[in-house]
Amino acid sequence: MMSSAEPAIAVTGLRVVRGAREVLHGLSFEVPKGQITGLLGPSGCGKTTLIRSIVGVQVVAGGEVTVLGRPAGSAELRRLIGYSTQNPAIYRDLSVMENLRYFAAVLGAPKTDPARVLEEVGLEGHANQLGGTLSGGQLSRASLAVSLLGAPQLLVLDEPTVGLDPVLRKELWELFQGLADRGVTILVSSHVMDEAARCQRLIMLREGDILADDSPEGLRARTDTADLEQAFLRLIEERQPA
Amino acid sequence: MITIATARRILAQLRNDPRTIALMVLVPSLIMILLYYVIDNEPVFAQWAPALLSIFPFLVMFLVTSIATLRERTSGTLERLMASPLRQLDLLLGYGLAFGAAAVLQVALALTVSLTWLGLDLRGELWALVLVALLNSLLGTALGLFCSAFARSEFQAVQFMPLVMIPQLLLGGIIVPRDQMATVLEWISNVLPMSYALEAMKLAVISGDLGSDFWRDIAVVAGSVVLALVLGAATLKRRTP
Ligand SMILES: Nc1ncnc2c1ncn2[C@@H]1O[C@H](COP(=O)(O)OP(=O)(O)O)[C@@H](O)[C@H]1O
Ligand SMILES: [Mg+2]
Repeated sequence: MMSSAEPAIAVTGLRVVRGAREVLHGLSFEVPKGQITGLLGPSGCGKTTLIRSIVGVQVVAGGEVTVLGRPAGSAELRRLIGYSTQNPAIYRDLSVMENLRYFAAVLGAPKTDPARVLEEVGLEGHANQLGGTLSGGQLSRASLAVSLLGAPQLLVLDEPTVGLDPVLRKELWELFQGLADRGVTILVSSHVMDEAARCQRLIMLREGDILADDSPEGLRARTDTADLEQAFLRLIEERQPA
Repeated sequence: MITIATARRILAQLRNDPRTIALMVLVPSLIMILLYYVIDNEPVFAQWAPALLSIFPFLVMFLVTSIATLRERTSGTLERLMASPLRQLDLLLGYGLAFGAAAVLQVALALTVSLTWLGLDLRGELWALVLVALLNSLLGTALGLFCSAFARSEFQAVQFMPLVMIPQLLLGGIIVPRDQMATVLEWISNVLPMSYALEAMKLAVISGDLGSDFWRDIAVVAGSVVLALVLGAATLKRRTP
């Protein structure tokens, strides 16, 4: 075990250009180990781009991203990170179980893993259903299940709870908390502020800049609001030149 | 290990899609039968059969592979795989193996139909014919992988087929023998892999002369497969913009 003081993710001066525009303008922050960190911000603010940079699939223009002590994208990291893309990355012409078996083989995960993750996301009843026939919420849970295969030390989840009913969302957040309690680091993005309260730490993003990097309590106290949506607005007002 | 898992996954995808299987396995045989009755002359049919037996494995594999890999790119599964321990070559060889197996079925059926029902007289060696057909299907798979990198949609991917196919057929020596073409065209013909594939197939089926010419053709086609696979691997980037 490495010292717990060392962050799971350390980003310094990260700049990303997509198309003709700079999408991330020199971000710096750290994600502590063994906690749930929320990456929040409106659609288009750069959450997916940042997540892709951390996972090592994004071409970056500058800055450094260190994940679990190694440069992002290192070969050794590929077994240690569970990644769930924003659009469900599931083969539509394979059943849920066939999908899980394939990705388990790619990751070298135990043979018992597909059944385990299927239960964790509550899709036991759909094991033999083709990906293409799942509903939107089921599809994103199947995609989430893939990222739980193996025993990732870091879970990077891009809007995993979009389109799910409140009961399922609550169950998934309990699952995330359970994993964090066992020492797994979780970085989860969302554009819905009411999910922020479930995180131990929040990084708020707006137009490619960090608006806030704090605990939910710290944010509420600093902005003197009870609700995080209000806190977000307050922070934007503060930034605006008077 | 990951290569095998990938090949099995692709075969499972095919199994779940009976229409594509039908396209791959039945269509070449059906067209052989159609051609037989259109020509209605066994010696002439025997002249055309080797060309068809070369073209179909290539054509079908090119189409199926370019669409399948394009789907991997657009559905996000490629991004997931590029973040995983899978190496580019695992994916390429996985496709090659899976579609190669499908090609064996395809060629076996087309051959059985041709040699029995259609009375095609095979003067060469069966194994030589199968070898050429398999190489052709691998060539189609490898080029399909490569071309899919330049398509943004399935519609575009399909349009690459005539682009890749028609020059190779026109210059491949089926319509006009290669040594009777204008010099420039003959040069172009000399660098297109299909020219060698067609010649090898003709040697295997009609003359049964498996001498140095045949093996040179095989080497050129096999070399082209490797080259296309390397080019295809170069288009599979872990990091994308
Ligand atoms: N492939 C791309 N090419 C060019 N621009 C892109 C591409 N993908 C995303 N963008 C732009 O980058 C910005 C950030 O996008 P993204 O990271 O997806 O935001 P979020 O995940 O927060 O919704 C947006 O303005 C979007 O239009
Ligand atoms: Mg996004």
